[in-house]
Amino acid sequence: MRAPTDLVSLVFRNPDAVRRFSVDDWDLLIRQARQAGLIGRMHPLLLQKGLADAIPSAARWHFEAASALADKQQIAVRWEVGQIRAALAGLNIPLIVLKGAAYVIASLPAARGRLFNDIDILVPRNQPAAVESALMLAGWHAVGLSDYDQRYYRRWMHELPPLQHVRRATVIDVHHAILPDTARYHPDSAKLRSRAVAVDGLPGIHVLAAEDRILHSATHLFHDGELPHGLRDLTDLDLLLRDAGADRDFWLRLTTRADELQLTRSLFYALRYLRHFLDTPVPDSVMATLDAAAPNRVTLALMDRIFTRVLAPDHASCADAFTSAARLAAFVRAHWLRMPVHLLIPHLFHKAFISPYQRTPKAA
Amino acid sequence: MKLLQLSPADLRERLRNTGIWLRTGPFSLHVQSRVESVAKGLTDLYGQFEVRDAREAFADFHVAVNPPSSLRSWLRPQVKFSFDGVEPFKPLPLDQAYPMLEWGLNWCISSHAHHYLIIHAAVVEKNGLAAILPAPPGSGKSTLTAGLVLSGWRLLSDELTLIDRKTGLIHALPRPVSLKNESIPLIRAFSPDAFINRASHDTAKGTVAHMRPPKASVRRQHEPARPGWVIFPKWTAGATTELQPRSKAQTFMFLARNAFNYSLIGAEGFRVGTALIEQAACYDFRYSQLDEAIAVFDRLAEAPALDRPGN
Repeated sequence: MRAPTDLVSLVFRNPDAVRRFSVDDWDLLIRQARQAGLIGRMHPLLLQKGLADAIPSAARWHFEAASALADKQQIAVRWEVGQIRAALAGLNIPLIVLKGAAYVIASLPAARGRLFNDIDILVPRNQPAAVESALMLAGWHAVGLSDYDQRYYRRWMHELPPLQHVRRATVIDVHHAILPDTARYHPDSAKLRSRAVAVDGLPGIHVLAAEDRILHSATHLFHDGELPHGLRDLTDLDLLLRDAGADRDFWLRLTTRADELQLTRSLFYALRYLRHFLDTPVPDSVMATLDAAAPNRVTLALMDRIFTRVLAPDHASCADAFTSAARLAAFVRAHWLRMPVHLLIPHLFHKAFISPYQRTPKAA
Repeated sequence: MKLLQLSPADLRERLRNTGIWLRTGPFSLHVQSRVESVAKGLTDLYGQFEVRDAREAFADFHVAVNPPSSLRSWLRPQVKFSFDGVEPFKPLPLDQAYPMLEWGLNWCISSHAHHYLIIHAAVVEKNGLAAILPAPPGSGKSTLTAGLVLSGWRLLSDELTLIDRKTGLIHALPRPVSLKNESIPLIRAFSPDAFINRASHDTAKGTVAHMRPPKASVRRQHEPARPGWVIFPKWTAGATTELQPRSKAQTFMFLARNAFNYSLIGAEGFRVGTALIEQAACYDFRYSQLDEAIAVFDRLAEAPALDRPGN
């Protein structure tokens, strides 16, 4: 694999590199990090490594402003989760908070400097209408989607369409499973739910177990069509793994669980690109165990060419002649994994030739 | 080097290719554009601003205004504003390219510069004290701002009041003053010294043009000011000029609501806002004649310590 060329992952791999940065390098670092949604996460890292003085005065405010935004979002996320819990209280269903919001309420290191576009929750599938109407009563409703996208979400995806709050404009993604029913692999959500852990101080709210949230994040990364924040999601995984990996037995639990949930391929890719971009300390023995889950050499070479491009910051300075082709390939691949061909072809046709001519604020 | 020291041909050449690096108040901008009206607007309005060498330049915001590359723009010429590759707005007609640059820059600052408490208000200074003029559109805020800065007040900003979160001082951002509709001929008639650029018609805000900031305001753009007054102007046809004290508590609530990032900066927003209100005298101001209005402001500036309403 060609080595990463972006400055953002360089700083996460080796923060001391900033000591040798020119003004031009800082300019580019902030541009790439802004696009990757990572300025706010880089700031505490630089402070922790004693590199505050290395930040030139012209660049400093960008870090401070991003930290202010991240701090505000953490408070807002905790509060919103409380609102969601209150809205669903009458239904008596288990509420599991996923991804970024889960890292915040469980006070994990992966919450550090995290920015949010939405809050993801996992609720049982048996009463989607009750969940939706309870959330609507509290002010969240589906907005801004074309009829086609609405149908797509409800019929084929594992979620309701994104629900936006009328006044606060916060967005909730309600999931019933971590991958759609139509996907090649769809791990049993009951298995995930059975191991969910309660959050201290927030009765009624759960997060996935340590292995499961890592597997969920990894799966998302390699099944999501659009990866505007691919590197941010990788840094989430990096922080989750460094935290959980302190426990010696953790890696065995992780690989065993991946096997059980049929998610070894996603875990293999995640760990491969985590090592590549962020030097995440993954034991060689773990990579050896996962070798059986690797694709054939030709596929892997192709995947490397795609993912070394799409996981880099989505900034012009990180792109080469193949980047847009790689992004398209990742998009098609994700949909290929999410639905069978007889659904995929009409869907991509609609996205390519019909959706662009309709006003759709958020595409499926 | 000042922008006016570049020859028009050199400026256009740079804008088209590498772009230019400009310093406005606390921010450095990198602007690239192939659009003639953008080059003309910058030549007309930014002459006194410092242009920096690409080699020494760090830019806070990398922006571009260019025609989109779609078939449609061949039928109906349009421009798009890009913030480092991201397009936060829908394209606008080509005629609105220059105002789009100004609006885009306001957006860049108000949605990123959270090291300031940013209030949606004009702000001008005299004798070291700043008068903050928060007001809804149509209240004559821009007209009054233009009149004041053409009469010896220093322009700090016509849209964005930047309050330093650490010091409580107001930082200057003396970019061109946006004028709308009837204010354009009114300001032309008010002062022969005013330079107002070519108007863009049928924008979301009606007819829009920009007035060049006074030379002295640009020269002193790195000099912050202490908050002195918060004054809510209201232009009413035929009204007699009237300055009425208003409640500090109400004024605070209004400023908080009209700040771009009050809730974002949390408890500190409250602290910075209350510190500001404590230092500032608060008024409602009704006027119909611009010269009378300016005379009232001048009297305030001459006796800043006197006659400051409490509560």
